[in-house]
Amino acid sequence: MTESPIQIPDTESLKRLAKDLRLDILDMTTKAGSGHPSSSWSAVEILTALYFGGILNYRPDEPWWRERDRFIMSKGHAAPLLYAVLARAGYFDREELWRLREIDSPVQGHPIQGMMPGVEATTGSLGQGLSVGIGHILGGRLNNLDYRVYVLLGDGECEAGQIWEAAMAAAHFKCDRLTAILDYNKYQETGPISREMALEPLAEKWRSFGWQVDEVDGHDIGALIEKLKSARSVSNQPVIIIAHTIKGKGVSFVETDFRFHGRALTPEQAEKAREEILCS
Amino acid sequence: MQLGEIAGLKPSQPMRDIFGEALLAVCQENPKVVVLDGDLGNSTKAERVRFTFPERFFNIGIAESNLVGIGAGLAACDLIPWITSFSSFLLCNAYDQIRLSIAMSNINAKILGSHGGITLGKDGPTQMGIEDLALMGGLPTMVMLVPSDPTSMHAAVRAATEYIGPVFLRSSRVAMPFIYPANDCPFEIGKANIVRQGKDLTIIGNGIMVAAGLDAAALLEKEGIQARVIDLFTIRPLDRDTIVNAARETGAIVSAEEHLLHGGVGANIARIVAENYPVPMRFIGLADVYVESADPYDLLKKYHLTAQDIVLAARDVYKAKISGAS
Repeated sequence: MTESPIQIPDTESLKRLAKDLRLDILDMTTKAGSGHPSSSWSAVEILTALYFGGILNYRPDEPWWRERDRFIMSKGHAAPLLYAVLARAGYFDREELWRLREIDSPVQGHPIQGMMPGVEATTGSLGQGLSVGIGHILGGRLNNLDYRVYVLLGDGECEAGQIWEAAMAAAHFKCDRLTAILDYNKYQETGPISREMALEPLAEKWRSFGWQVDEVDGHDIGALIEKLKSARSVSNQPVIIIAHTIKGKGVSFVETDFRFHGRALTPEQAEKAREEILCS
Repeated sequence: MQLGEIAGLKPSQPMRDIFGEALLAVCQENPKVVVLDGDLGNSTKAERVRFTFPERFFNIGIAESNLVGIGAGLAACDLIPWITSFSSFLLCNAYDQIRLSIAMSNINAKILGSHGGITLGKDGPTQMGIEDLALMGGLPTMVMLVPSDPTSMHAAVRAATEYIGPVFLRSSRVAMPFIYPANDCPFEIGKANIVRQGKDLTIIGNGIMVAAGLDAAALLEKEGIQARVIDLFTIRPLDRDTIVNAARETGAIVSAEEHLLHGGVGANIARIVAENYPVPMRFIGLADVYVESADPYDLLKKYHLTAQDIVLAARDVYKAKISGAS
């Protein structure tokens, strides 16, 4: 099997790449005047590890290659992050990014399956991506292909019943080639999760559903890569990596104000954010 | 009097049994077909596949949202999933999943809504799918099929499997008599069949209402009224030409469906008629009610979905046509 086209093993390069992705997300959403920059920044290191840390096996010039590893963005509002990553991975020209949310553009506000190369599932109504991932696992078995499936979950969407239907089914079907990564930034749209709809004890919930649970600092790229690698050796059960993250990571005034959910920055705020990201 | 008896139609097995046979047949023909069940395979008869091809049958349990999502993933792997359950549970529990993962994604998945309409009978309104066509109507890419007899059920399951894209197929618990000879049903998605010729008015039905329409046409013939009967087995895309020709050539239309009138097929037929060749129309279907548990035929009678009801509507619309009213 071919290896991922972009291999940047050293953490310093990956950190620089993460910085570039943060800037892409900032520029896309500021230009569009809307979108979810804070939810996207939260998971930058997770996707950097997956796509550029030698985890995912993919071919950008052959996006629907049958043997590819699948990545499903279940928290669909982090679409700007997905597009920025796919562009830098070579799926399409970066110029496309500046058409986010514009008329006649395929760069939709939330991902639509197949509308951009590399977009595996239609998400945006939360709670749905994990089920689709299980379908890819069962399909891989029937097709005798041994790819892996990665699903990025938001923490808020773990309030949805379908997540737990899927959690039960993934364990039932012994989906050991399925890895979920939970972007646990502790905030949902209207406030702190602990205040709005408490999820804890979260690791215990997943464990009791039959999953192997691991936890990691979701902004430590090296640690993420290690956890994702060790998930490969688990057999007979699915793995979830609970990644502890900061919503709006990289921009101080967004990190401390959850009301930025679903809001783009003003041009003035964007300039301040750019400086912070560049100096970080 | 049995359904189809007046028209001389041959009785048959419950439609769900025919669906089970037809599903097994496409599984035998095409190794890409996989079947997903919401723990109702013994009722929908999808379990026929479980016994023959256990590796291609997945019971996802009583979790319709997950059922649809897993089906969507399988479709993305170049397989052809048939996602099966009761019409009511599948559509009402997993509408959003069907909307995003199947319709909006425009993927090659097939949805079987069993126990459509009120003729599941004694299990009552919680299990009945009286709004399924309205719900599926809200999904722009979804082809919608309602077979009217055993032959068209076989043809519909095959056509749905061969078609590339999302398809909804309604099945029923009751038996429907043969409209077509066995293995001989012209079935092209988007093309309605004229199953009886007539010049005075047209009865347009789907599912069980096609047999009722043929019974009604036989009764009307005794009164000297020649009714055309159309089997509108494709609800989307509608066969505009056959509908407009019926309006132009017969000058009056009765639409009949085992579904709510609000959001039903009749309203869509009326839109085509109104835009192209307005003629008097009458509508047989369910008023804004939930019906109760009862024998299917008692329900059809009480809620005015019988051949007699079609006859009354036909006389009325014919009178309107003759007098130039609407």
